[in-house]
Amino acid sequence: MKKVIVLLLLAVVGYYLVDVFSQISFGENRYEGQNVRDFYLDKSKNDLQVSNSVTAIVVNFRGFDTLGEVTVLFLAATALGSILYRRREDAHGGVVLFSASRIVRAGSHLLFAPILLLGAYVFIHGHLSPGGGFQGGTIIATGFLLMLLAYHDYKVSHGVLSWVESLAGLTFVFAGLGGLILGKTFLENFLPVGTINYLFSGGIIPIIYIAVGFKVGAELTGVLYTLLNEKEYKKQ
Amino acid sequence: MNLGNNLDILTITFYGSAILLILIGLYAALVKRSLIKIVIGLSIIDSGVHLLLVSIGYLQGGTAPIFSPAVIDKNPVMVDPVPQALVLTAIVIGFAVTAVALALVIRLYRHHKTVNIDEIKNLKW
Repeated sequence: MKKVIVLLLLAVVGYYLVDVFSQISFGENRYEGQNVRDFYLDKSKNDLQVSNSVTAIVVNFRGFDTLGEVTVLFLAATALGSILYRRREDAHGGVVLFSASRIVRAGSHLLFAPILLLGAYVFIHGHLSPGGGFQGGTIIATGFLLMLLAYHDYKVSHGVLSWVESLAGLTFVFAGLGGLILGKTFLENFLPVGTINYLFSGGIIPIIYIAVGFKVGAELTGVLYTLLNEKEYKKQ
Repeated sequence: MNLGNNLDILTITFYGSAILLILIGLYAALVKRSLIKIVIGLSIIDSGVHLLLVSIGYLQGGTAPIFSPAVIDKNPVMVDPVPQALVLTAIVIGFAVTAVALALVIRLYRHHKTVNIDEIKNLKW
């Protein structure tokens, strides 16, 4: 009975989605005259000298939104810690993970540094190539995940993680406040923009994206560490 | 194959698979009994919405909105960067929602010793 209701609901939702999207043409040029796309592309190429215009939008034009997004991520990491919090005497039994074989451990150790390097490359070149702080931070967290899976007793210091997180967040906020102090708006670019397609271009965009990369890497590592170190519940 | 026909196929592929993903996710979230599967369903809905948003910004023959040295002098047609930036935000928020949902599942498992919502008495619809 319930399945029938659900299928009926899905049919209604699907019908309306198809109905709406059959009227939105796919891949057609809907941009005529003055439009947002051309404005953003032109601004990021000529005013900001940033070659990746998605980065220019995320960090500069919609920078305030990204600040909120980073806050949501921080809040999620904090909420995870507080939901899974347990008093010391309740934490009992072994870790869920068991140690991997010698080959896996050696391979993970070998791959760990290159993965971190790739992550750093991706977020440092966020304004030049596809990628950016969020993607680079995620790659760094996968490196830590590999180590956590290979070594069941791999320790990540929560103190270091929260320091990295806080400093990166403060860098973001102060880079934004810099524009305000120098008589512009919050998060407006106040540094020289340089030349397009060079590493030192785009003013404050690389600075903010590197800070975001560190912040996301630290937060995701913290989330993974908290979830993986969830202790086996003591049997009654 | 002429251009119009090609576009029709692309429309069905992209919009169709996005809508299908949303429906599959909704089905999983409503019908499945395991809390883990419900969370997986929610993140499938997420993926469908992301695909839908990026498809709306596509432009026939457009390149990625990156002025790399190879294309900067050719003045290429570029796809809309705004939905891509929005989806970047949405992916991160989706991650945060999934992480918190999984933490709540772990908490429920600790309390009830099961992730089956039929056996968790105060979670019925």
